[in-house]
Amino acid sequence: MSTAQFGERVQRLADAKLVRGEGNYIDDIPLDGALHVAFVRSPFARAKINSIDCEAAREMDGVAAVYTSDDIGRLDIEMPLLIPHPSLTQARTQRPLARDDVFYVGQTVAMVVAVDRYTAEDATRMVDVDYEPLGVELDLEAAIQDDAPRVHADVPNNIAAHFVQTSGDPDGAFARAEHFTKIRVQVDRSTAAPLECRAIAARWDTVTEELMVWDGTQAPISVRGGLASILGLDEDKVRVTAPDVGGGFGQKVMLFYPDELLVPYAAMQLGRPVKYIEDRNENFIGSAQERTQIHEIELAATKDGEILALRDSFLHDTGAFIPYGIAIAQVASTSIAGPYRVPNIRVEFKAIYTPTVLITPYRGCGRPQACFAIERALDKLADELGLDRFEVRRRNLIRDDEFPYRRDGLVFADGLPVEHDSGQYGRALDMIAEHIDLVAFAEEQKAALAEGRYLGLGLGYYVEGTGLGPYEGSHIRIHPITGKVYVNTGLSCQGQGHETVFAQIAADQLGVDASDVIVVEGDTGAFDWGVATFASRAAVVSGNAIHKTAIKVRAQVLEAAANMLEAAQEDIVLEDGKAFVNGVPEMAVTLAEIATASNPLRYAFNEAAKTSTQFAPASKHDGPALAEGEAPGLEATDYYSPPHATWAYGVHAAIIEVDPGLCSIKFRRYICVHDCGRMINPTLVEGQIMGGVAQGVGGAHYERIEYDVDGNPRNANFMDFLIPYATEVPPVEILHLETPSPLNPLGVKGVGEAGCIPVGQVLASGVADALAPLGIGPLEHVPLTPDMIFHALGGEKDE
Amino acid sequence: MTRQIRKVLPRENSDPRREVSLTVNGEAVTRRVSTRLLLSDFLRHELGLTGTHVGCEHGVCGCCTVTLDGAAARSCLTLAVQADGATIRTIEGVAPSADVLHPVQQAFHECHALQCGFCTPGFINSVVCYFEENENPDLSEDSIREMLSGNLCRCTGYQNIVLAVRRAHELMTNGAEA
Repeated sequence: MSTAQFGERVQRLADAKLVRGEGNYIDDIPLDGALHVAFVRSPFARAKINSIDCEAAREMDGVAAVYTSDDIGRLDIEMPLLIPHPSLTQARTQRPLARDDVFYVGQTVAMVVAVDRYTAEDATRMVDVDYEPLGVELDLEAAIQDDAPRVHADVPNNIAAHFVQTSGDPDGAFARAEHFTKIRVQVDRSTAAPLECRAIAARWDTVTEELMVWDGTQAPISVRGGLASILGLDEDKVRVTAPDVGGGFGQKVMLFYPDELLVPYAAMQLGRPVKYIEDRNENFIGSAQERTQIHEIELAATKDGEILALRDSFLHDTGAFIPYGIAIAQVASTSIAGPYRVPNIRVEFKAIYTPTVLITPYRGCGRPQACFAIERALDKLADELGLDRFEVRRRNLIRDDEFPYRRDGLVFADGLPVEHDSGQYGRALDMIAEHIDLVAFAEEQKAALAEGRYLGLGLGYYVEGTGLGPYEGSHIRIHPITGKVYVNTGLSCQGQGHETVFAQIAADQLGVDASDVIVVEGDTGAFDWGVATFASRAAVVSGNAIHKTAIKVRAQVLEAAANMLEAAQEDIVLEDGKAFVNGVPEMAVTLAEIATASNPLRYAFNEAAKTSTQFAPASKHDGPALAEGEAPGLEATDYYSPPHATWAYGVHAAIIEVDPGLCSIKFRRYICVHDCGRMINPTLVEGQIMGGVAQGVGGAHYERIEYDVDGNPRNANFMDFLIPYATEVPPVEILHLETPSPLNPLGVKGVGEAGCIPVGQVLASGVADALAPLGIGPLEHVPLTPDMIFHALGGEKDE
Repeated sequence: MTRQIRKVLPRENSDPRREVSLTVNGEAVTRRVSTRLLLSDFLRHELGLTGTHVGCEHGVCGCCTVTLDGAAARSCLTLAVQADGATIRTIEGVAPSADVLHPVQQAFHECHALQCGFCTPGFINSVVCYFEENENPDLSEDSIREMLSGNLCRCTGYQNIVLAVRRAHELMTNGAEA
């Protein structure tokens, strides 16, 4: 392999075992004698617990133990507040098992451990809990009123946090503006719904006194730190591994879920492996969700459509607890101006408790809401001023010569400035306009209308701050026997293809094929410095750490090879797993030989090793085998810590056909122009985008978590919560733009979340365009369902 | 932790049990199982064939799809005792050998038709069954998508799975050289 692998469509290295069904997801790991967990969960959104009687459950055949908050010792605490923030004055977090109060339907009240899940579930029915239901308010705008029932008795108006950020002089700009556009938009609650629900297993080893935990988490190192701290163990005595994980999308970056503490605890108490495999219903009522925000956004503009200032005030539903802090609302706040040159911004939010499943980031993390708000407002501004939608955007997009563009005063979710580092925002818009062929579409739309068919063009522009710090690291070693390159990093993978793109990065420096690079991640036993997989950061933060580390190892290889080949380092070429003198490929040593020679040996355990033993001519030396300051082998560790987020962006458009009779929609075409900086592997980038768009289509039209007024979930299953099948998701035409990020050595930006961000806007604007001849009303609420289209067309509400 | 007296913990429940005999991936197996054991749990935990995944346990997601007496079936909606006497093929029985993939598996790999891989065995079983049942399959976009609409995927957006179906057909029609 002599050509660079960075940027190539290298086929995935993880696939071979997965297509054979030989992946190792947590419930696949054989654990002899494992006991299984099921939870007693609250049937009320808000209630006092008068008593819990577990006796009948404990006496059932096959039941090993039943725990309530009285039986879990040091775990009977409020779990950690992960991201404290000065504005978060009323932070409340959940207890592993409820004590005295329950705060949402699904909250864990007692834990049964039994021989299998069937028995454990039976036993949960035998636990008798006496509840005293309390009043609830789920509507965000009602929940902040003085007389609203409180989720937490000591939190007035249910407000967890109130935060205002300002950039420039919004009041001054509003005073001198010529035109004002104001709308209220709403995005409803959804859920990540990874196809593998959450899962955890644990085993306490009485010999080594080590706790082994298999956790389908996006954050194994963080889980390890928290577990050690809460259980009172040394960090080195806790190993957390995230093996194959069946999708995460943010839901699995949240820690701690009650089971993540209780399962290891039970394994230690009982002396048998214990596992909890969440079922689908539990994933809906027990694992975190996201999205509900209500924005009131106002633009101040000139008559020409130049935006002078923006004010946005929004309510953010945080569910019953706020363990992840204000991250989602803060991301929404700082993404609110989109790709536009808005010099004056005031953005304010209140994070509101509701007696519902807690809210933590789900792919997009506040960006879909912010995008929907600014883009809907921009469409309204265009309408009011009689401007074309493309033109109003063109007039406001940050110009190429304005990068880096800093929004002074706004602080991103990493605590660092909001600075759009690079891009070709105008070009992306031009590309999509050309690709659609607006003139041809206008004719097609007209012709269709003549036949009574309604076609519309949807358009949405998004930005995404990606690659957040604080840092990630990497360790690389070239194995002396096989010559294979082992790469470790602290993330875990949920299907993104880390093992392939990280291998490509290392392979380029070391002159090997990507398939000879073995990436091991998600295991604190292999590497335990770092944070987690979130915020579209893996390629940026771990990718650059691996790049920097590989450069160090390359230097070691060149130095050692130059010695072995008795040539100058500058003349050494690394290719095909070998080092040779430029122009003399027959004068070569393999990476395995170099690695072996770099490790002075006493014992020759194979042919190559002989060259490194004490009497071999090549390793003859007069002093110590390792000079002072030298280390054996070819091995290095390095880290990458970004100066701040790097901003990716893109624009989506769709041709949407609407049937005004059925109020049904059909995507005729879906087009995406995106820029995530330099692409490591375009095939995998496209995979991320297409998957993101599919989730976006779900959130735009199909998927909504529904609660009744008493706080009961109404669609906590796959029959009623509608995830799109292949029949609902359109093919995506993807156009790539590559503007390198100046912030990191590889010039990359994240792409994991991008696809889902603008889809709600694309659908709403497309339906509005299609049904404009029928005089459709405003579409400012997603998911935009058929009944909402019906109402916007003037249909009567069905009470 | 201070060493404590080992607890006496149960090893089994008191469920009624029955013997089942069936053929799985060409091999005859007989086991005594709880009468309420799901076929998916039987395959996974009794036989150790963990490639059959469980995504919803109510027959919607299709992750647990296996071939039962020649037809695609949801193993999470079937009891193990109902499969007495049946012939089952799981994902572990799809590839012809340890070195060679089935064309459908090969196509999924080539087309990047999987990401997390959790839904993949179910999809592959559905697609393999489809080709086995249809000598002249309709490979139009709409038809392929309709055929795939018994399986949910949360990662890929389905586009590459559609491509993989066409590619698999190509591989099966023209041989591995296609």
